[in-house]
Amino acid sequence: MGKWFAILIVIVALASAYPILFHQYAPPKTISTDGQAIDKELDATMAEAGITFLLAQFVLAFFIWKFTGRATGAKPSRLPGGAKLMVAAAFVLVGAELLALGVSGQRTWASVYLTAPKADALQIQAQAGQFAFYFHYPGADGKFGPLHPEKIDDANGNFFGLDPEHDVDSRDDIISGELVVPVNREILLLLHTKDVGHSFYVRELRIQQDFVPGLDLSMHFTADTVGRYEIVCTQLCGMSHYNMKAYLNVMSQEDFEKWMKQKAAEQ
Amino acid sequence: MRITLVGVAGLAVFVALTAASAQPSGGTVSGKISYEGTPAKPRPIDMSKEPSCAKQYAAPLKTETVVTGPNNALENVVIYISAGAPDEAAPSQVAVSAQKGCRYVPHVVVLQVNQELKITNEDQTLHNVHAQATSNREWNLSQTQGAAPIIQKFDKPEFISVKCNVHPWMSGVFAVVKNSHYAISAADGGFTLPNLPPGTYTITAHHESYGEQSQVVTITGNEKKSVNFVFKAKAY
Repeated sequence: MGKWFAILIVIVALASAYPILFHQYAPPKTISTDGQAIDKELDATMAEAGITFLLAQFVLAFFIWKFTGRATGAKPSRLPGGAKLMVAAAFVLVGAELLALGVSGQRTWASVYLTAPKADALQIQAQAGQFAFYFHYPGADGKFGPLHPEKIDDANGNFFGLDPEHDVDSRDDIISGELVVPVNREILLLLHTKDVGHSFYVRELRIQQDFVPGLDLSMHFTADTVGRYEIVCTQLCGMSHYNMKAYLNVMSQEDFEKWMKQKAAEQ
Repeated sequence: MRITLVGVAGLAVFVALTAASAQPSGGTVSGKISYEGTPAKPRPIDMSKEPSCAKQYAAPLKTETVVTGPNNALENVVIYISAGAPDEAAPSQVAVSAQKGCRYVPHVVVLQVNQELKITNEDQTLHNVHAQATSNREWNLSQTQGAAPIIQKFDKPEFISVKCNVHPWMSGVFAVVKNSHYAISAADGGFTLPNLPPGTYTITAHHESYGEQSQVVTITGNEKKSVNFVFKAKAY
């Protein structure tokens, strides 16, 4: 009976490793340089954890196979050093593993989240609010008009509370429901929320940033592939969180300039 | 011969009576609503977060807070009698508002105090109707796709701005008035208030962005009076 159980453990371990090893349910190809670093980190973690897991399962199966079926009352063998050695070994092995992953992971994390964007990154404000994302571009003058929350008027498309009548800088600002960016250009997204907590996530970019009420946060990225990608809200924010999304539209520099001109004409 | 004469006389009386009852029973106030100055451009609405609605529009829907027509016509203005007419009990017919293509159809619904309003969701998505009332009770009600219509009434006259808590661009107006004499200006800015008994009336025109204006008109019989309103457009 025990031997069958040992075999079962080995089969289950291998079966669970199969989808990972053969890249089933793989995430979509990353479109950002940060994404490549993150993917490397995820692969390293998966490899390390996967090998350790399989080894553990095989060792467990081995011991079950070897020691099953013994007579009742038989004395269990003891490993040299007993429990104390096992505990020490666990600390050392697991500790080393965590340390290695921690050091390597923190380097990747810092390269994405703790590295300042370049000075010439294209700045775009992103506002999350129940239940849509809107984006604010500074327009031809390169300056963002000030935001006045009391002037927010969704029915008129004034999602950010701009006051072009009194603020000259606002007059050429562009508001868009889609995040349109030029390819291969670093983007600095300036995030704030209108109401509760939300989060910005594009799978293909691999980076995610929470919107926290009261805080002005930022994230930066460079997209290297033209295309249209889904931005989903990944922080439960209310009844329509399930449906809260927008699109990241990465265009060639030429198409991006055409789009900006077209939007400017509409404002 | 006598029967024919009686028949013809009877027919003549009948025709005369019918003609008399076809006369308009009261005066009519009609006119045109227009604007002066330059209104802000309506902005295209981005519905990409709701593909089932976005695909219903070949060209994006534009904001409807200011809708203009040829010759400076101003649409969606509610014209009603704010004074001089008695308050009326609510009619039995139901006013309707539909959410279709992530838009309130029609943009402005006029209904009387305590008249039933039926709101339907004809979209393949969740909506949440938020009546931002101040004199009436403010409420918001979720309505999933295929859900039963929302039935509500308002017990005070008020111009209520309506929004959807799920789709921020949606906006509409529920205009609750006290009597049955009301109209909404059409694409050419025109309106008619018929069947007005003799009296002195304050005719009020209300636009959701440009405010309210009133004029006083006196009706003595079955005459037609012309009353026009000109609103000042705002560039921002």
